[in-house]
Amino acid sequence: MKFLCLACDTVMSFAERQLPGDGTMTAVFTCAACGREVAMLTNPMETQLVSSLGIQVGGRSVPEQPMELVRSTLATGGDAFAESAPVRVTWSDDANERLARVPTFVRGMVKRIYSDYARERGIATITPDIMDRARAELGLEGM
Amino acid sequence: MTRRIRSYAEVADVGGSDIGAQVAAQAERLTRRLAGIAHVVAVASGKGGVGKSFVTANLAAALVQRGHRVGVVDADVNGPTTALMLGAARAPLAIADDGVRPAATAAGCTLMSMDLLLASAEAPVRWREPADAGFVWQSTLETGALREFIADTAWGELDYLLVDLPPGTDRITRLLTLVPQPAALLLVTTPSAAATAVVARSITHARHAGVHDVALVSNMDGFACATCGTANHLFGDSSGAALAERMQLPLWGTIPFDAAVGADTDRGRPVILAAPHTAAARAIAAVARVLDDHVRTRVARTTAATAP
Repeated sequence: MKFLCLACDTVMSFAERQLPGDGTMTAVFTCAACGREVAMLTNPMETQLVSSLGIQVGGRSVPEQPMELVRSTLATGGDAFAESAPVRVTWSDDANERLARVPTFVRGMVKRIYSDYARERGIATITPDIMDRARAELGLEGM
Repeated sequence: MTRRIRSYAEVADVGGSDIGAQVAAQAERLTRRLAGIAHVVAVASGKGGVGKSFVTANLAAALVQRGHRVGVVDADVNGPTTALMLGAARAPLAIADDGVRPAATAAGCTLMSMDLLLASAEAPVRWREPADAGFVWQSTLETGALREFIADTAWGELDYLLVDLPPGTDRITRLLTLVPQPAALLLVTTPSAAATAVVARSITHARHAGVHDVALVSNMDGFACATCGTANHLFGDSSGAALAERMQLPLWGTIPFDAAVGADTDRGRPVILAAPHTAAARAIAAVARVLDDHVRTRVARTTAATAP
């Protein structure tokens, strides 16, 4: 899927993705030549179809994790990988509140990314500050 | 006058998502993983309840006994049973540098199954997406899960990767999108008319899909009375051999029914290990021998065809 600015005959670039939490998705594309913006709005079925391909609209800011698709979409999954974790990571109340604002659709995957970040650095408790640091270092957006 | 707008193919810039590159990266991961696996063998049927997982688990154990390095993928995402049959139910997983480490089993093979990812032995597979639109995405998601089971598992070097497919003739096609030409497609049937009718469709389906190496295994094909030793038939006079002859397919094995085998299977002990002298165990060991011979011939054929 590509967006072409007809006025400039220029391919528009991905700028921003928003997941309101109701299964829909908004992706904003911008024309680098004239600055015009368009928003692509997908319904839950379209969003889920793309998601079930393991594809991220706007491209990937972090490499795909092992079994990312299954782990992020399985609602009845357990913590099958617990024994591989050398550090038990806990979440502070305010970090949990912030995590709760992430759409359920991707919450599991987002939680895993922050947890892996903390474990790899020996961080025992994830706080909003740690989340901000992870976002900056990993180049995450909207998480 | 109609204005001229560049088509998708004429626009070289990908615009940010680069979906083509993301799909290509997935395919590359799969190719890289398959490069370490000498032979992928699919075990399918089309029909449910014929003993595909039983054949897979025991064939894996028999191949290990023959000195091979064997991995098993339980591709039945919604009703995984292979872990139970290999004595690895609820086994923990771990993430290594090159993927998810598969579960080790008592049979000496390694395993990846949805059973290992679910929260409990009673938990069904349920996805986060709303089920009312499941017809749109479920099939795609299940194929994606199978791709991850094969590509994201740190199998190491394997001689055989057995893929235990769920019922449904379409499941064969789904595997072929990931592994276009398996070393063998074993179709499991029972002698019942209901099973042979569905398996005949699977044979036709596999031929239309261009699979070269298709063979039949007939399970629950007769049983000997435990008291007097008289040979009996569970499904009248029909047999897997008749289906093989009618469809002109090699019959690699005929496994008799044995009640004790079922009990061992439920305890996670492949019959190959629990009761190696039974007729069922000997029949499965024979299938492993035939498979070994088949892949040797296949490799020789490929080598000869590509020789300068």
